[in-house]
Amino acid sequence: MRTDAAQKFFSIEPDRSRLLSELWDRQLSDRYITDEVIQQLAGKYNVSEIEIEGVVTFYHFFHRKPAGKHTIYINNSIVAELKGYQRIREAFEQETGARIGYTDPSGTFGLFETPCIGLSDQEPAALIDFYPFTNLNALKIKDIIRKLKEGKTAAEICDAPDDHIRFLPANQHTLFFAPYVRGVAVNKLKDFNSEGIIEQLRISELAGRGGAFFPTWKKWESCRKENSPDKFIICNADEGEPGTFKDRVLLNNQPGSVLEGMIIAAFAVGADYGVIYLRGEYRWLKKKLEEEIEHFYAEGLLGKNVAGIDGFNIDIRLEIGAGAYVCGEETALLESMEGKRGEPRTKWFYPVQKGYLQLPTVVNNVETFVAVARLIQVGSFEYQKRGIPGSNGTKLISISGDCNKPGIYEIEWGMTVAELLDHCEAIDPFYIQVSGPSGEVISIKEKYRRISMLDLLAQKDIRCGGSFMIFNSKRDIVNILMNFSEFFKHESCGVCTPCRAGNFIIQRKLERLKNGLADSSDVLELKSWGQILRTTSRCGLGRTSTNSIIQALEKFEDYFAQRFLSSSTGYRKFDEHHAVEEYERYKP
Amino acid sequence: MALCTFWIDGKEYRAEEGTNLIDAAKENGVFIPSLCYFKHIDPPLGTCRTCTCRIDGRYDPACTAYVCEGLKIEVNTPELLDMRKALVEMMFAEGNHFCPACEKSGNCNLQHMGYELGISVTRFPHLFKDHLIDYQPKRMVMEHNRCIKCKRCIEEVFTYDNKKVFTAINRGNDTMIGIDYEQEAKLTDEQAVNAMTICPTGAIIVRGKSMAKPFGDRSFDMVSAQKQFKRPILDKPNRVNFEKKVIATVSLAGCFGCHMSLLDIDDEILDVAELVSFNKSPLTDIKSFTQRCHLGLVEGGCCNTENIETLKKFREMCDILVVMGECAVWGGLPAMRNTIPLAECLEEAYLNCVTSETGETTVPYHEDLPKILDRIYACNEIVKVDYTIPGCPPSATHIWKVVKSLLWGEDYSLLYSEFKYD
Repeated sequence: MRTDAAQKFFSIEPDRSRLLSELWDRQLSDRYITDEVIQQLAGKYNVSEIEIEGVVTFYHFFHRKPAGKHTIYINNSIVAELKGYQRIREAFEQETGARIGYTDPSGTFGLFETPCIGLSDQEPAALIDFYPFTNLNALKIKDIIRKLKEGKTAAEICDAPDDHIRFLPANQHTLFFAPYVRGVAVNKLKDFNSEGIIEQLRISELAGRGGAFFPTWKKWESCRKENSPDKFIICNADEGEPGTFKDRVLLNNQPGSVLEGMIIAAFAVGADYGVIYLRGEYRWLKKKLEEEIEHFYAEGLLGKNVAGIDGFNIDIRLEIGAGAYVCGEETALLESMEGKRGEPRTKWFYPVQKGYLQLPTVVNNVETFVAVARLIQVGSFEYQKRGIPGSNGTKLISISGDCNKPGIYEIEWGMTVAELLDHCEAIDPFYIQVSGPSGEVISIKEKYRRISMLDLLAQKDIRCGGSFMIFNSKRDIVNILMNFSEFFKHESCGVCTPCRAGNFIIQRKLERLKNGLADSSDVLELKSWGQILRTTSRCGLGRTSTNSIIQALEKFEDYFAQRFLSSSTGYRKFDEHHAVEEYERYKP
Repeated sequence: MALCTFWIDGKEYRAEEGTNLIDAAKENGVFIPSLCYFKHIDPPLGTCRTCTCRIDGRYDPACTAYVCEGLKIEVNTPELLDMRKALVEMMFAEGNHFCPACEKSGNCNLQHMGYELGISVTRFPHLFKDHLIDYQPKRMVMEHNRCIKCKRCIEEVFTYDNKKVFTAINRGNDTMIGIDYEQEAKLTDEQAVNAMTICPTGAIIVRGKSMAKPFGDRSFDMVSAQKQFKRPILDKPNRVNFEKKVIATVSLAGCFGCHMSLLDIDDEILDVAELVSFNKSPLTDIKSFTQRCHLGLVEGGCCNTENIETLKKFREMCDILVVMGECAVWGGLPAMRNTIPLAECLEEAYLNCVTSETGETTVPYHEDLPKILDRIYACNEIVKVDYTIPGCPPSATHIWKVVKSLLWGEDYSLLYSEFKYD
């Protein structure tokens, strides 16, 4: 396989855009980023060393200390926790002799935690040297470590994660998983001009599937109108929202459709360049995508005069993220591609005006591009037969947690929560986290709500970004919220005050709840502080990070009321025993 | 450029189209607090979020907006005022800000903003995270306890070869501003001092230059943006008949400074004697409560089990509980130990200090001695506190005003000069 930095970059890209790729190569070969590498790169890009250091320390897959000959990342998302994270962590520690966050004394194994690796349907799971290992248990881990010690590579012994496509809409209404024939969608472009394509999207009311549901045609239309010789199409494959794995399945099952969607976008807005920004956790899909890109070049679907259309040129390359949830935010993603820290930009310009390298850029999610390819293939008339009025088409939902059939469900918009729970054979569902920790909390009492895009005005339907995490009535809600808050505390980019400090403060408060030290005033404060983060944060991460807490406190009022009775003495709960524990060590 | 009309809180204003909203408001006499905003950094940083307003219905910072025809902005709604206050409180809770021990006191934007927004206590628990104080740079000291990560230094401080000296490193709550030692050494004196000056807090300190201005000449000595921008200040006490009340006072983990300050009341002491009597208090030397009190004044936070017990007794015996001074409000100077494990503190003090002989000393522990807590707790972490009086120490008139107004329901205005303590 080619190293990351050896791939072809576009001639208009400055050298600095290679920084992440170079760091990846050094991380993989040296197992950490050495001081010498930092010096070298600072010299090469003519910047101060601290600037390179800043980039390196932003991404958690880059290490500044040796991370072991084999680097193991255990997923610590909430679903992994339910499925036995604690046990497999112990097994790994025992077998490798390394503690979490360190390597073993010989430096063979490095053991680390990472948030969701997009395998929630087959937890507990881990990445070893960035290859997936799923459905782990103590015996399996013993076996894996033994083989690695014997000299096998992770690539040889890794699992091939199952796609787990569990449900397709009736009447052959599937869009995403209909048999794929390379080039069918792109060859339709001959029948259209760029306005025609955008018109198709407008009629079909296709909206962005990254979770914000911004009308795709509007985005493309503004980019098309930008007067610039160079434009970019970027596929956001940085699917970091815990519990979501639909893009993984699409990239694995339909890599060609993703590329075709991007090519159609390039045609519609007049772009010459495309980049797939693949999250580091999905490195194991890199080979498949590269091969697909090569097939496209070989068949004239990428390169010059694509699909026989004179003057339509489009090149696509891969960029690999390095572990940062916030890079799923489109402007952070752009910064990351430019070889910088993945900090979201202020909304001074939209990416369609000034995006990657300050050039007009369309950033769309994997699912959106596949939907576009399929929409152009079947036509808007056929597309509109799916779903409900005002919410056309189908939607992929990743289901995990307490159910018998975790996996991917392609539903037509308009299905109710109850139906979906039936299909996946949910076990005693009680608390459901929709669209990940930053999404929406629903209680089983709301099971007759529909899933559609119509939520905005009526506030009735559930706008699902792509995942359902199901929790049964025995699960501790505070524990779930603690897991989320830990996640946001680490994944905040650290730029704005409310998100950086606020999420830490919220976590402290939740700790009080967990330790039984909170009273009703703490619950009120949590809600009001959550609201402050929601309104003052700089990007979507901070603005949505307290959604779950606020909604859980409202929707599960009884649950919280039972646990936290208000006191009338004026004393706050205080754990004196814990507070003097340290001093008691000096008792003679 | 053309003039445009925009509305702030329902009033019409005019400014050149495309002007930054903070500047446009300022030109028109409307004060929008901000910390990271720096006029010539483009695009604006938008990091501190203190200037959050409601712009055409959306919550956005004023620094990343520019005025255009018909723009409607809400600035001083109760919700926004509280939100801004919360953000600055968050900065105080996140870092370790001990103003009395800080070189930048009086020249500090953050401290100034605290005064401007009338912050007397942070609603958030102080995080007391142990931050690095970096003495390695040749000319500077980086005091990470005080950094609010506004990024001004990142965008403004460059060497002559146009290399950055500061950059954010790490991510999430571990984010801090890293300094490049090699590049820092290349800065001229002037550039180094400029870095210190643009820092809105005391995070960047240039050795030998940190105390350049004497008291009285410092940037924020007696300057109030509120006065400048004519925000109304409450006035006029309304007199009622006084009835004699009973007060109790105590000093917990404090230095008795607040009590000393209380005695500075001068001739008003005659008023005091006439209007109140003291029950349990170091002033009367009454050791335990002999009756229920109308008001309890507590100085200092809780560092041991005896403090906890006393504070709970105060809560039980006093109708109104008022805490005075920074130590009682959030921990204050004793809380400097909160970032260090207790064992390290005790062993440094009793076992490993220069004056102790090896093997000859122990950490005191006896059943009659109160037990030392793992950290300093603010009073409101132990009991419900009704009112807080900030200051180190609060002045006598200030304390007396609070007591009078609480006991006899008298309104009074707090003058800016009365609660500036740096």
